[in-house]
Amino acid sequence: MSSGHIYNFSPLKRSEISQSQSRPSLSYWQDAWIRLKANTRALISLYLIIGLLIFTVFGPLIWSVDPAAQDLDQISRPPGQDRRALIVPEYSPWIDSWLELEAGSGQGLRLIGEPTTQSIRLGWDPINTVSGYRVYRNIYPIGIERAYGIPRAEFFDSQIVSFEDRLDLKEGTYYFTLVPMDSTGQLTDSTETLEVKVRRVTTVREARQKGLIGSTENLEVGDSVDLAFHPLGTDYLGRDMLARLMAGARVSLFIGIGAPLFFVTFGILFGATAGFLGGKTDQIMMRFADFIVALPFLLFMILFKIAFGIGPGESGIGPMLVALVVLMWPATARLVRGQILQIREQGYISASQLLGAKTPYLILRHMLPNTLGVVLVTLTFAVPSAIFTEAFLSFIGMGVAPPTPSWGSMSNEGIKTMLTTPHELIFPAVFISVTVLAFNLLGDGLRDALDARMRNQD
Amino acid sequence: MAIAAFIAKRLIQGVFTVWFIATATFFAMHNVPGDPLLNERAMTDAIRANVEAKYGLDKPLGTQYAIYLSNLARGDFGISFTQENRQVNDIIREHFPVSAILGVLAVLFAAVGGILWGALTALYRNRIPDYLIMFFVILGISVPSFVIAALGQLAIVNMNGALGITLFPVAGWGTLAHMLVPSMVLGLGTMAYLTRLMRSSMLEIVSSDYVRTAKAKGMPPARIFAKHQLRNAILPVITVLGPAIAAITTGGFVVELVFAIPGLGRYFVQAVQQLDYTVIMGTTVFYGAFLVFMVIFVDVLYGLIDPRVRVG
Repeated sequence: MSSGHIYNFSPLKRSEISQSQSRPSLSYWQDAWIRLKANTRALISLYLIIGLLIFTVFGPLIWSVDPAAQDLDQISRPPGQDRRALIVPEYSPWIDSWLELEAGSGQGLRLIGEPTTQSIRLGWDPINTVSGYRVYRNIYPIGIERAYGIPRAEFFDSQIVSFEDRLDLKEGTYYFTLVPMDSTGQLTDSTETLEVKVRRVTTVREARQKGLIGSTENLEVGDSVDLAFHPLGTDYLGRDMLARLMAGARVSLFIGIGAPLFFVTFGILFGATAGFLGGKTDQIMMRFADFIVALPFLLFMILFKIAFGIGPGESGIGPMLVALVVLMWPATARLVRGQILQIREQGYISASQLLGAKTPYLILRHMLPNTLGVVLVTLTFAVPSAIFTEAFLSFIGMGVAPPTPSWGSMSNEGIKTMLTTPHELIFPAVFISVTVLAFNLLGDGLRDALDARMRNQD
Repeated sequence: MAIAAFIAKRLIQGVFTVWFIATATFFAMHNVPGDPLLNERAMTDAIRANVEAKYGLDKPLGTQYAIYLSNLARGDFGISFTQENRQVNDIIREHFPVSAILGVLAVLFAAVGGILWGALTALYRNRIPDYLIMFFVILGISVPSFVIAALGQLAIVNMNGALGITLFPVAGWGTLAHMLVPSMVLGLGTMAYLTRLMRSSMLEIVSSDYVRTAKAKGMPPARIFAKHQLRNAILPVITVLGPAIAAITTGGFVVELVFAIPGLGRYFVQAVQQLDYTVIMGTTVFYGAFLVFMVIFVDVLYGLIDPRVRVG
């Protein structure tokens, strides 16, 4: 055993010493991405947000309707409604009314001719005992409370038995009520109500003017033409909802993503400086941050808005962005400072210092990258709160100035006509809710994926 | 005594914050372009000088600021610019109680609901009731308050239409029926937030040592739940009550607007829209002071309940 055995001190071949890795080494971000991918809710939210960004950035290129253009033929139209209009001759004044009235006498309140959006012609039988008539128009049936609607005409002569209504007629149903007045001018109860279904019409000239038909195309009376297409309907001024939602998305998302980007950046710088310098400077800096936190946030947003009010023609996006940044940075600063204070004590920092690393290198190479996970989570959660703030301020009329659309100001306009045309409120509200929801869920997912300590208990 | 020093320190901070709010409001209003006296009809120079002298507008800014502060210190907020002969103090005295009732109801609704639902989700963790409640919680966090208010109003209209009687009025103020729906709408967002917080705080406690010990000693689960989990889980909920009150106060602006409730919030928004300077200044300082001292009150309350806070 002892003799004859030769110890071999020659080097091994390289292939014999190579360690085998059981799995590839993953960086922090690769690991986080794998965990995020496993979270279905967060992943769907991420796709939703990407979709929203595409909608915002590329939408107006595809659907290039001017969000400020008014389509007066289609005001407050819900989406998916019939938009055919019959071509009729140009309007001509109602002159041969007597003959037409004679023909239908004895039928009470009646229509003469076809009711169209061009004109509605009414006739009735004279009542010799009264002193005159009033004609009312309503868009709702006359209920037990006898709401006749708006007065359209008043005649102080019992022999006037016709009325032509041309005021702002829309396709749909109107309820006309004829109320005779007694000798003292008081309204009597012997009213007559007529339900009128109005048909949408247009003339060749109007259709050509609005570009609904080409100048070479020839249309005859009796043909029909499609009015302008609004996939999501129109608002109370006849503006295209889809175009406005896209333009509003630009404003809402610019404020919602832009402001957090700015104030998170400032918060990182402030917090990192305070945390790194430590001591007295840190105390003073954080006192200042605490002070900002103590200010009532929305009140100061409103004050800021009043003080740096917006001039004519301005949208008010700039002041709102500045106010958000000024008031919202301290949360990030506190968080980053806490992180930096922790990281400062870590072994790898001392090791790096031992190897001769300078302060800027330490901050840039070690401290900031290690806080990035937490910062990304804060950023994601800051987006919904910024969007909410914009919507809230625009809703109370303190946000973006009209005609610049934002989802908040669109909701504010939509809520006024909520009962008759709910789509004007529903679309912007859904966009706000879905965006906020997506960012909240993505934030949850990122927090679970990036930060082990903040991980949810699920 | 530590607690007295803690309270004193927080109060001094609070007064300083309120002073800053008042100063910021004053200078913000002075920065507004335009002149509040410009709208008056044909005002001769003499009348104008009289008015300016009456309100001290001819004095240098520093003097005006001093007058403003001394008025504030005496609790005098000034006179409205748009409503004749109306003191800002009267407006606050008249309309703040309405907002306060609405707010208290909303906070109660949010706190009780949040604690209850949060405890339920933790109890039924990862089962159907948990998923169901958390679905609504996420909705409540993501839907803006004015949309909830509008939907609430729509629901009342439809319900009244279906029943044929006015169970809840759509808008207005006066009876408990008026108050119920707006306060629920107002508290809903905060309730969703509190539910989430309560759930995570409950789940943290489930895995704590003292719950395990209690289980090991054979304590009935219902008793563990009530005595150990619930009571300890409520603590973090109290910390966020301050911000919750702030959220409900400012949320009141919208709810009062939508439901036509004659509260201070609606007056504030109206004043802001009409640029009624003195009312804006007065209500801003009032709201600011209210919010700052509410947060301090909750902090002190928390300090009394949980001694660990006082150290920090």
